[in-house]
Amino acid sequence: MLRGAGRRYGERAALRDVSLELEAGQTLVVFGPNGAGKTTLLRMLATLLRPHAGKVRVLGSELPDDGYAVRGRIGFLGHDALLYRELSGRENLRFHARLHGIAGEGAGARIERLLVAAGMDRRGDDRVADLSAGMRQRLAVCRCVLHEPELLLLDEPDSNLDAEGREAARELIGPGSGHSRVVVTHDPERFLPEADQVLRLGIGEVAAVS
Amino acid sequence: MTPSRVAFAAILAKDLRSELRTLQSLPAMALFAVTTFIIFRFGLDRTSLSGSLASGVLWATLLFAAVLGINRLFVAEREEGGFDAIRLAPIDRSVLFAAKAAALIIYLAALELVAVPIFALFFLDSVAALGPLVSVLLLADLGLAVVGTLISSMAVNSRARDLLVPLVLLPLVVPLMIAASGATEPLLVVGGPGYHRFGTWLMVLGLYDLIFALVGWAVFDFLLED
Amino acid sequence: MYGKGLRPLSIATVVAFAVGFSLVFFYAPLEADQGFIQKIFYLHVPLASTALIGFIVGGIFAIAHLRTDNPKWDAYSYVAIHISVIFGVGVLITGAIWAKASWGHWWVWDEPTLVSFLIVFLLYCTYYPFRYAIEDRDRQARYASVFAVTAGAFVPLNFLAVRMAQSLVHPRVFATSEGGLPGSMLLTFLVCWAAVALLWVTLVKFELTAKSASGQLKRLRRALDAPGRAPSSRIAPEVS
Repeated sequence: MLRGAGRRYGERAALRDVSLELEAGQTLVVFGPNGAGKTTLLRMLATLLRPHAGKVRVLGSELPDDGYAVRGRIGFLGHDALLYRELSGRENLRFHARLHGIAGEGAGARIERLLVAAGMDRRGDDRVADLSAGMRQRLAVCRCVLHEPELLLLDEPDSNLDAEGREAARELIGPGSGHSRVVVTHDPERFLPEADQVLRLGIGEVAAVS
Repeated sequence: MTPSRVAFAAILAKDLRSELRTLQSLPAMALFAVTTFIIFRFGLDRTSLSGSLASGVLWATLLFAAVLGINRLFVAEREEGGFDAIRLAPIDRSVLFAAKAAALIIYLAALELVAVPIFALFFLDSVAALGPLVSVLLLADLGLAVVGTLISSMAVNSRARDLLVPLVLLPLVVPLMIAASGATEPLLVVGGPGYHRFGTWLMVLGLYDLIFALVGWAVFDFLLED
Repeated sequence: MYGKGLRPLSIATVVAFAVGFSLVFFYAPLEADQGFIQKIFYLHVPLASTALIGFIVGGIFAIAHLRTDNPKWDAYSYVAIHISVIFGVGVLITGAIWAKASWGHWWVWDEPTLVSFLIVFLLYCTYYPFRYAIEDRDRQARYASVFAVTAGAFVPLNFLAVRMAQSLVHPRVFATSEGGLPGSMLLTFLVCWAAVALLWVTLVKFELTAKSASGQLKRLRRALDAPGRAPSSRIAPEVS
């Protein structure tokens, strides 16, 4: 899906000549030291950043020009939970559902199902600002699968999650959940067992693929 | 792709709900306007204003109060990664522009619902002018909202963002202010509202609104790219 | 790459100015009301119209930048606006001199053309702190283009609004009844305008060439991993 992709920040190349390819249903784990460009790579696949060099194809569409075709089919879980602090969990999820064109009865039922699976149904009406980081992460997990994407782009998906949270995450975004996944992490041991492919990034460059 | 009116309604509703819950902009704007009127009352040592002076006091105050609201327009988006949320959604990104401008118009209308009657109470002898004034207010609000949203969306991603908005916005709204006070001035003369060139000024306002709405809609997509 | 054509352009500019000045001083008639000082019109009006057209040109370059994403358009836009702002200072100064001589004041507020121009000038002055305030280079270029487009749309609107707001005191040299300018003055004016326009183009080309040279130097330094000098200007776009 990526061939020779590159991205610069000013004079510094955050990514240089990265290539990878992923089949449907597979999991790719990306790891490397801080500053290696893992987050940049993920954001590029999510259409949030434009590649400065090389070709990027996601789900059959070439980026950046055809990015809009892909957006509804990707679920992104980044460092920010992308939740509005003044709204409740349910209100946030409903907002995201509407943005993705899912509305009405179907959306409501789906949201409830996700909240239950994430163990957040009782806290669903609390303001996000009042929730702990772990709970926000659980809501974020719900958010990223709400629109039933084909591809998940996950940046440190287990951060802040307790054992119960990790269980819930496993169910919703884990290897058995039916999505193709790209997982970016600092902690390769945790995710290696799930990986069909592994990519190690040096400072912006590919160090090893398997 | 999600239809634009659905996305528009979703974003607007989200913004209004947020504002009602936090009340971070509206009370400040209203309070600022009222306090400024009081300052003018004592600074000018007048209880009655007419014509150009009345028009000037009204519009200058409304403008500066508006800047308060404009400054805060995109804060939630910036702080909570909201821009990402919008950019990840399969929508036309110019909808964000429209929705935010609509929210701003609503805030400005709410501001004026409080500020204008108080202005009339402090400074005007009759309320006959208030009816036609509404049309001027609406058109001016539209222009202010459109330009304010455009500048605010850029300023929010920069340093010194609270300074940047007044700095760049003020020259840009000069024609708007000229037209608005031009229309208002004859309305507020003692002795009954006049309509000298009223229609022309409204047309200038309309033209300003149209041009900047189009410019804003056209360029907003580029603003959200990375 | 940019330097080509700079020499002939400069020569053309100097020649045009030489011809223009001779025409102004020896050919154009002395105006009855205002006397000798009226001749500053031959510098003031070309400067003003060139600056305004320059701003709009900057907006057009900005549109090209947004559509093609090629950074060279951003550089063109920046330089066009830069030179026009400098011309703008010239406009305000020559305008003030003319105003003082004709009406006895350095500045008149109920004078639409002068006030309109001042507002446009102030707006474009904010272009620099605006660029400076945005740290990310790409974003800075994009936002600057949005600014240039918006401001470009603003210029005609502004003149319309201000003109409507005032009665006309500024000598409307071209629109007076059927007269307009007598032939000799018109010729002088056109030559001077051509000279000023040439000057604008020459300065733009010159600045682009200078930027291009320093851009290439920076790239070479980077390639050689040589210790860099102090970081380049935050706001001026790099030209490759």
